[in-house]
Amino acid sequence: MKPICLRGGTLVDPSQRLNEVGDLLIVDGALAETGRAIQPPDDAEVIDCDGLIVSPGFIDVHCHLREPGREDVETIATGARAAAAGGFTSVCAMPNTDPVTDNQAAVGFIVRQAQRAQAARVYPIGAISVGQEGKVLAEFGEMVGAGAIAVSDDGKPVASAHLMRTALEYARTFKIPVIDHCEEPTLSAGGSMNEGIVSAQLGLKGIPAEAEEIMVIRDILLARLTGGHVHLAHMSTKGSVELIRWGKDRGINVTAEACPHHLSLTEERVRGYDTNAKMNPPLRTAKDVEALREAVKDGTIDLVATDHAPHHYDEKEREFADAPNGIVGLETALAVIVTNLVEKGYLSFSDLVDRMSCTPARLFKLPGGSLKRGAAADVTVFDPKARWRVDSSQFASKGRNSPYNGMTLVGRAACTIVAGSVVYRSGIAVPQREAREQINRATS
Amino acid sequence: MTGTLGKDLLGLEALTGEQIRLILDTAEPFKEISERAIKKVPALRGSTIVNLFFENSTRTRISFEFAEKRLSADTVNVSASGSSVSKGETLVDTARNLEAMRIDMVVIRHSASGAAKFLADRIQSNVINAGDGTHEHPTQGLLDILTLRDRFGDLKGRRICICGDILHSRVARSNIWGLTKLGAEVAVCGPRSLLPNAIDEFGVRIFDRVEEAIEWAEALNVLRLQFERMTAGYIPSAREYNRVFGITRERLDRAKRDILILHPGPMNRGVEIDSDVADGPHSVILDQVTNGVAIRMAVLYLLAGGKPELAEAAKGGSARGREDKD
Repeated sequence: MKPICLRGGTLVDPSQRLNEVGDLLIVDGALAETGRAIQPPDDAEVIDCDGLIVSPGFIDVHCHLREPGREDVETIATGARAAAAGGFTSVCAMPNTDPVTDNQAAVGFIVRQAQRAQAARVYPIGAISVGQEGKVLAEFGEMVGAGAIAVSDDGKPVASAHLMRTALEYARTFKIPVIDHCEEPTLSAGGSMNEGIVSAQLGLKGIPAEAEEIMVIRDILLARLTGGHVHLAHMSTKGSVELIRWGKDRGINVTAEACPHHLSLTEERVRGYDTNAKMNPPLRTAKDVEALREAVKDGTIDLVATDHAPHHYDEKEREFADAPNGIVGLETALAVIVTNLVEKGYLSFSDLVDRMSCTPARLFKLPGGSLKRGAAADVTVFDPKARWRVDSSQFASKGRNSPYNGMTLVGRAACTIVAGSVVYRSGIAVPQREAREQINRATS
Repeated sequence: MTGTLGKDLLGLEALTGEQIRLILDTAEPFKEISERAIKKVPALRGSTIVNLFFENSTRTRISFEFAEKRLSADTVNVSASGSSVSKGETLVDTARNLEAMRIDMVVIRHSASGAAKFLADRIQSNVINAGDGTHEHPTQGLLDILTLRDRFGDLKGRRICICGDILHSRVARSNIWGLTKLGAEVAVCGPRSLLPNAIDEFGVRIFDRVEEAIEWAEALNVLRLQFERMTAGYIPSAREYNRVFGITRERLDRAKRDILILHPGPMNRGVEIDSDVADGPHSVILDQVTNGVAIRMAVLYLLAGGKPELAEAAKGGSARGREDKD
């Protein structure tokens, strides 16, 4: 492995309050040195980072890679490459696969596929309950042993308060967070967008904010009861922010994430019945967006996660109420956050790196999240000023379902380095190791 | 082809008051055709129209079909059962197949809100929404408004209350849009569990009690109560609904003035409306049905590119051919 010297970028690493122009040297897959005018070894690859930001690699704790089960819409390899193209060095894959990732063998499969992909790191999230059925606890211990870093029943909300309580208690042994998709199912049943004036006018059944908030406060209270770590996925409402603030003020072990789409788009986007504006939780109101932005700024919402959810275009090309929920997000997340939170003054670039790298690493106990000497050489280099027009047909992901398609955004990954290897460089073909290996295997 | 209404009629939300008045005015001369012995004019001769009904409908489908036939269009009816739709064909494939057959217009009824727009965005033919989910039913709204106008003249300042299941009613939405655009004062009345939570933002008056609505209104548009609302837990029973919200003779007798009664049908007699009201002297329910054909003729004619000022003359000529002759 050749050493890499990232030359002359702005090093931004809130984990050590670093924010200055300098060089970064990577040797043997680890961060060797930061400083000015570093003399790299003779065999080092020197990458000019003038005008770019060099930060610890982004970590997405919430994405859907669809393998096993729906390899037609995404695979671990395409998902990991999409992640790399978006500046993510690590992503956590939700367990709503087919079969469900609810046992050590299934977890091990994802770990192996991720190794073969050789792009972003992929960490499996195991299911809370067997088959995500909300009845019997899955084997957290064995799944953690095989590589799972958290548990969640993902889009199937844990309806039973008893099961949620037990999961929070049992997870304490393994020191993993329990991630909940907060949705009171009887209140949200049949809904396909936010409940409000727009849903009333469009004649679509709405999902009230309270469907989320009821479960947010339930989970916070159960975290208080159990001492377990509850991580609330994709928060979408002002009320949820207020409840999380209430919980954090009392020292309850609750953390939360918000998604780029909930930080940038409102329910108005659903007018015209665009199914790429359909996700769960749904796009809410401008007031909610504002509250979420403030919460990401003040830390009430700890981190940004994508909820990357690829779907086949046929599945989205249909009646709104019948279309599946979700959008792809890995390749637009950085730009959406720069455009909507940095350029609008909510976050500094240092804050952005904290919410997209340092905090996810810390809360989920993952390698990365720092440029300190000796840390894993997971590094993202991005152009904070690049203006680009989103063209979903060019995504590395198999998914094309993006509400940002055609929009001009600011900020783009230039180079993504995982464990000291460049896995993505903008405009330059990524080394297709997987393809190369396959050729090698075929010819040997 | 695009006329004064644009390519499609998807809802009354997108129309201006002027466009709505244009449709109503265009409907007037078409009313007379249905009174003739030979109920046929050549305005849409040579046009092909598909009535694509994914949801059961008797009244609306027949009304459209008569409107089309009285304008001499060639029509085909497709219903969801017995078509390739029942074999799992998607709406987009259905649309493409229709397009490939070079049809001029599609009248679509579908259980999904937004289905008419979905189709309209994907084909060049004119699309008329004959009811999409709980979104809009514009021709019903127009025929209700035409019926009110027949009695009231100008609707500005007239007080009309829509009663019943507003939450699930496409008729209610089209009525609210259309009536408010013509300057009428609109109210709704029904159990709160059947009103949208955001009803305050519709710019309508809200009555919790039907007695208050009757005291205020000059006309009531009484909506059908779907029986599945009881099983879904929105209201306890049809019996209690009639006792609390039913439009009864007794309640109307207490009103200070005569109140015009509309109902889009089909009626549940004895539930949302009592028979002696439905069949009484102030009921215009059958006038609505008659006006429905004229309104649909007007919409078809205008979307086909017919000139509104020539609607009278069109009774003897062709809309699609007219532009060449002028």
